[in-house]
Amino acid sequence: MAKLKDLEDYQEEINQCVKCGACRAHCPVFAAEKREGRVARGKVALCQALLTGEVKAEGKVLEDLSQCLLCGSCEAQCPNKVPTDEIVAAARRRIVEERGLTTVGAAVAALLSRPRLMNLAAKTSGALSNLLFKKIPAQSGLHLRFPAPYLEGGRTLPPLTAKPFRERVPEVIPGDPDRPTVAFFTGCGINYMYPEIGEALLKVLKFIGVTVIIPKDQVCCGLPAVSAGAGATVEALAAENLRALSRTPVDQIVTACASCSAGLGKIHPQMGEEYAAQGKKCIDIFVFLVQQGLAEKLAALPKAAQRTKVTWHDPCHLRTRGITKEPRQILASLPQVDFVEMAGAASCCGLGGTYSVYHYQHSKKIGARKAVNIKESGAELVATDCPGCIMQLQDSINHLGEQARAVHLLELVVAALPAE
Amino acid sequence: MLEPRILKTLISIVGKEQVATEPADLLCYSYDATQQSFLPEVVVHPATAAEIAAIIKLANAELIPVFPRGAGSGFSGGSLPTKGGIVLTTERMDRILQIDEENLIAVVEPGVVTEQFQLAVEKVGLFYPPDPASLKFSTLGGNVAECAGGPRCVKYGVTKDYILGLEVITPTGDIITTGGPTMKGVVGYDLTKLLCGSEGTLGIISKIVIKLLPLPEAKKTMLVMFDSIDGAAQAVSAIIRHKIIPTTLEFMDGRTIDCVRQATGLDVPLAARALLIIEVDGDRDLLDKQAAKIAEIIRPLGVVETRIATTPAESEALWQIRRSVSASLRKVNPDKFNEDICVPRSKLPEMIRKIDVIAEKFSIPIVNFGHAGDGNIHVNIMIDKKVPGELEKAHHAIEEVFKGALDLGGTMSGEHGVGIAKAPYIPLEITPQAALYMKTLKKSLDPNNILNPGKIFLD
Repeated sequence: MAKLKDLEDYQEEINQCVKCGACRAHCPVFAAEKREGRVARGKVALCQALLTGEVKAEGKVLEDLSQCLLCGSCEAQCPNKVPTDEIVAAARRRIVEERGLTTVGAAVAALLSRPRLMNLAAKTSGALSNLLFKKIPAQSGLHLRFPAPYLEGGRTLPPLTAKPFRERVPEVIPGDPDRPTVAFFTGCGINYMYPEIGEALLKVLKFIGVTVIIPKDQVCCGLPAVSAGAGATVEALAAENLRALSRTPVDQIVTACASCSAGLGKIHPQMGEEYAAQGKKCIDIFVFLVQQGLAEKLAALPKAAQRTKVTWHDPCHLRTRGITKEPRQILASLPQVDFVEMAGAASCCGLGGTYSVYHYQHSKKIGARKAVNIKESGAELVATDCPGCIMQLQDSINHLGEQARAVHLLELVVAALPAE
Repeated sequence: MLEPRILKTLISIVGKEQVATEPADLLCYSYDATQQSFLPEVVVHPATAAEIAAIIKLANAELIPVFPRGAGSGFSGGSLPTKGGIVLTTERMDRILQIDEENLIAVVEPGVVTEQFQLAVEKVGLFYPPDPASLKFSTLGGNVAECAGGPRCVKYGVTKDYILGLEVITPTGDIITTGGPTMKGVVGYDLTKLLCGSEGTLGIISKIVIKLLPLPEAKKTMLVMFDSIDGAAQAVSAIIRHKIIPTTLEFMDGRTIDCVRQATGLDVPLAARALLIIEVDGDRDLLDKQAAKIAEIIRPLGVVETRIATTPAESEALWQIRRSVSASLRKVNPDKFNEDICVPRSKLPEMIRKIDVIAEKFSIPIVNFGHAGDGNIHVNIMIDKKVPGELEKAHHAIEEVFKGALDLGGTMSGEHGVGIAKAPYIPLEITPQAALYMKTLKKSLDPNNILNPGKIFLD
């Protein structure tokens, strides 16, 4: 089976770190706890030492390497562009290979101990028997993100939907024959938690006449497993998705979740040409909408008299891949919206895949900064493009005792569309 | 590894959480921006002057070396634990204690990051000018210990010009204060100035009293390209001769421009063999006039093109060129020695010519950029350490560069400090008598040679 890169494959990138310390200014985890092991420079040094055998995968090494959101903030500001997120993810995979998934909990370990994931649902349901997750198949990344035994008190989570999104909609929704055909890769967040985002996406694509295919057999993108170091799971999920998404030819594959977009567009392409070709087809919904001319269409609508102040949060998995303009363009064009930029729009919300599960208190600290920035911007709504961020942002706002709401930008776009 | 009873005492001073001995901890505090690495035996994170004093007393009793550390971003190895022992970090001492708008002073702990401090004082219309390139992550404690500089120093001076007083733990563990919150003060020796730039060898700074200025209303940035380095250097002298002191006068030589062009696709005509980034600040009304006057003064000096920023975004774009230098250089060769000689500014063209000769002699690329306004040149000797003989060549070239600077009345280091990187070259610049004076001072203050031993002078 196609494989992700090993830690050894990153030797050259590790050598590129000149220990200048610039990452100390940009790492959200370091800002929350000032320890060198928390910052990219320290983690890269630890990864190097793992390779040479100078340190073993135990104790503080594990703790420090677990203290990374994989948000890519450091790489964006690094003079030598050292991809610490990829290096740490590779180190986590290596640690898991050496030690098993002991730190990620029994449920996940069970999930990974068998090669055929699809067959696992039944076997692992015992370990996963938590009311919250009863309806979610075992291979969903949500389990890695929130393994039930580790869910800490105080986290405010959205309720799970009674009927997952992909069960609510047909597999093919025909549009205008001379308009493009796209596959919609929904991801777990939209499928199980926020089906309304998926519905909004379908409405918007219908409005512009695009044909949408929603393969029923698509599975989790694997990003939470990347974060957990569960390499085999990522590889298996990527293979399943490649099969599901290549069954019917499409022009592009749209996502409305930054993490999924990074999974298909950045992580899976490491595994080989087929995956890279699929990654090239993958496009974020707002980039797609801008390309389709929707921003101009929206901007031409008459402005509403009563407008809502909305700010934008850059999901790390879009920002680090240079997708920051298009969503702002769409947001600013909405007739019912006054777009305001907040301070630190580009800083991580603090969720970071499995990070927030094992380090919820740290994650909360990072989120609190974000919530203060949202409050100070005066916005009533904070829009973004990632169910994970929405969940974390709302949790952070709730803890600050504020009224602002976190929404997906697609929901605002739908509200602006003229009635049919 | 220190004896358990010593670790136990350290724990009793700062608490269990603040004493780190695992391999991961030691590794993460073993390096700085020189990329050299020395493992300490323990990393201690104190939070108060009293804790530091207790650690130093213990270190004296047990004869354990102590290496103070801010952000570990130095270029000379000043914070490296070259003899094992204790790394003492100021990371937890990161509070701004006071910003006094009436007396234009501030009091901070040493672990405050320079840029964070600047933003805080700018919020109330005040200004802390020193701006080392590392200001987003380096700490004020480290800046004081190394007497950091930066582009704005041509007009505003260096770190020590803003330090009014310090609270310091002496090498034997006493807590003393030097200077204070007054603009004037001549009682006793000026220990504040002595400690600025003492590289952590004479005391550990636990509190800093800083002088502030009113924040200039506005600034204006311009980029001027010249057909030769001489033109650029003459421009620097000409501007200053006309009694204009710009905030910054940054230069890049032809090789630097080539590197940046190659790495970033920088849009600069091939005829440009040197460029200056000139910034002026002050009252908004005066700036346009000043910029125009500068343009007029330098026009006859082989100007290829002048770009004047009219918006903050345009100004930012001009500075981005300067900021992209470091990363661009790496494309020339993987390893670099980043020296920071300083010569009288009128000698800048002569120094650059000398460096060109040295580069040719050893046939290694040397790329120059830096702070033309105060004659502070960042000399980047680019080599590939893996190629046999390159490292030796680099060392010889560095020595010749230092000698060249000294011959012109300059110094081997304008702002990075000596640490261990320049310690072998110290006799080139400091006479045996002056060295003795310094060593006598160190020895009497630190009889056990506890504090940052082996730095500045080779033991």
